Amino acid sequence: MRLLIAIIASITLLITDYRSERLFPLRATLSVLTDSLKYAVDLPVSLFDKVSSELSSYDTLKKENTSLRQEQLINRTQLLKFDALEKENIRLRALLENSFKLGEQVLIAELLSINLVADEHIMIVNKGTRFGVHPQQPVLDVNGVVGQVFRALPFSSEIMLITDPNHAIPVQVNRNGLLTIAVGSGISNQLNLPYLPNNADIRPGDLLITSGLGGGFPAGYPVGVVDDFPQTNNKTIPHITATPKSLLDRKREVLIVWGSNALMPLTTPLSKTPADNEQ
Amino acid sequence: MNNSYSAMRIFITLLFAMCLRIMPLPDTLAPLNPDWVLLVLIYWSLAIPEHVGIAHAWFLGVLVDVLLGRHFGQNALIYSLVIYACLIWHKQLRQFPVVQQSAFIFLCLLFSQLLFFWFKNVHASVQITGIFWLPIFSGTVLWPFIYQLMRSIRRL
Repeated sequence: MRLLIAIIASITLLITDYRSERLFPLRATLSVLTDSLKYAVDLPVSLFDKVSSELSSYDTLKKENTSLRQEQLINRTQLLKFDALEKENIRLRALLENSFKLGEQVLIAELLSINLVADEHIMIVNKGTRFGVHPQQPVLDVNGVVGQVFRALPFSSEIMLITDPNHAIPVQVNRNGLLTIAVGSGISNQLNLPYLPNNADIRPGDLLITSGLGGGFPAGYPVGVVDDFPQTNNKTIPHITATPKSLLDRKREVLIVWGSNALMPLTTPLSKTPADNEQ
Repeated sequence: MNNSYSAMRIFITLLFAMCLRIMPLPDTLAPLNPDWVLLVLIYWSLAIPEHVGIAHAWFLGVLVDVLLGRHFGQNALIYSLVIYACLIWHKQLRQFPVVQQSAFIFLCLLFSQLLFFWFKNVHASVQITGIFWLPIFSGTVLWPFIYQLMRSIRRL
């Protein structure tokens, strides 16, 4: 009798959860308890990180500081160029009567070292709806796209990596703008490119960047590099794979991005950007 | 045995099992991580069936669903079915030698993993590799140790 009640209750829950978002408040409430468990499990690892950074000697810190300073200098000069390029791009797009998206806000989140389900590529970060995180937000790291927010809970969020077999991301080849879709392979550090025509102009070593189509991901972020594949003359399509740029299994910090959905109008605001006022 | 005292013990062991369930492991070991919560729950349902019932299993299952980010009801359904089987046969199971118990645990874990596979397929058809079934074997191998450990905790 009790079993019957349990079975009926479970199936009711399953169906409601598949069909709607109505159970989200319940999940959010219960997640307060489970999230404290997640943080507890993560504690030894983060403590170890903290202690080891405390213990790192003055010498290594100094070395790290100099190298970071140099890196910053290089980045800054590159950004100067980037600024000019962005302006040029906006002008050119204005000529083409095209709108331009710019300005993205980011939030730094830290991964919790816990392991949910072995064969799924889902990670947990320590920022949730209390920080305004919402589902479908793109997640990046310093090297490229990591994935997207899959479910946002009050104190943590689940992130689906681009290598998850259920994930697909619209990309383009940086060299020639060829558009395609990169699908997760289920293997860490591998993406599949199944939707390429026979005569596609794609070579090993090509950089794949987000195309911004579909609206999920902002355009222009690196996704991966095309792996070696055998070049054949006959019409068979080789199985083309790519390696993600982001270090999916090594990074502890990721960036959650808010894309500004407001499109930049064609020409007028050019004179109003802060950089112009300085001149 | 003092009632609230044992309830406390059940609670703490289950919390600990949930921590083990999400424990970070190296890539080679991660697919072997068994369903600790179910194993601990099976032990308690065999040891004190008058205190641990289907209702407990169901609520715990819902909690594990939230913990693992599953759809609501998956673990709840699995746990209540497995615990129901344990409650029916607990008298015989308690008489069994450990090897035979392990065989029963194997069947329970196989059943739960099969249901998981089915839930996965309802959502979207997925490819499953051999490693999907590894937690069944690791759980079966670990059962005698869990049994001894839990028994010493119970008699503490």
